Amino acid sequence: MSLTRREALVVLAGSATLLSGVVPLHAGTDEAEAEIAAFTGGAEPQPGRVTLTVPAVAENGNAVSVTVEVDSAMEGGDRVESVLIVADGNPRADVAVFHFSPLSGTAVATTRIRLARSQTVSAVAKMADGTFLLDRRAVEVAVGGCTG
Amino acid sequence: MSSRPRVRVPQTASVGEMIQIRALISHQMESGQRRDSTGQLVPRRIINNFTCAFNGQPVFSCEMQPGIAANPYFEFTAKVAESGTFSFIWVDDDGSVYTDEHQISVS
Repeated sequence: MSLTRREALVVLAGSATLLSGVVPLHAGTDEAEAEIAAFTGGAEPQPGRVTLTVPAVAENGNAVSVTVEVDSAMEGGDRVESVLIVADGNPRADVAVFHFSPLSGTAVATTRIRLARSQTVSAVAKMADGTFLLDRRAVEVAVGGCTG
Repeated sequence: MSSRPRVRVPQTASVGEMIQIRALISHQMESGQRRDSTGQLVPRRIINNFTCAFNGQPVFSCEMQPGIAANPYFEFTAKVAESGTFSFIWVDDDGSVYTDEHQISVS
């Protein structure tokens, strides 16, 4: 895609409008926590056993690799049903929900997400026994994926 | 817009072996937040769901929001006890469905 100078200026002007706060730029901590509460049904997720791996510094916010790994036997009550990924600095806090099954073998999955700015990414795992686990990581974003 | 799936599944595995699956599909994942050259919001159009099943049983799936990067990519594991077929389904906001299948021989 190539832009003429005029088009480029219009795009820049549009971005400036966004930056000026006419449109909410990011979901914020409250919305992120609300997404987590909706996922857990109000239960307090406990830290530990879930590991969220993200780069400490992301050069490009348009595609940031995210890996979630839950230490689980994937049998009986010690089985991961699903994992919610939340990014509190994006226009919309909820990013994805992974669903695992006994055929998954492990509760390990990787995807690529958009990060609009430097922010905190959270992963909440729902266990088959009804408990919830949490990990959070801060990510410095050099160039925001402003379309998140 | 072409949405071509590219999936990697081993062709063979032993019973109970943990296998690695990678699935990528070409898709712009238009977030609905972006503005075009006239300043109008470009309507959202993303793939909102991805599912992997083995012989009809769920293995892994993902509900996606616009925060998933363009050309959605997933890497996950599977442990199967028999030969069979992995099926992959992507669902687009516009109702399109993209599919792929891979056989695995388990011994």
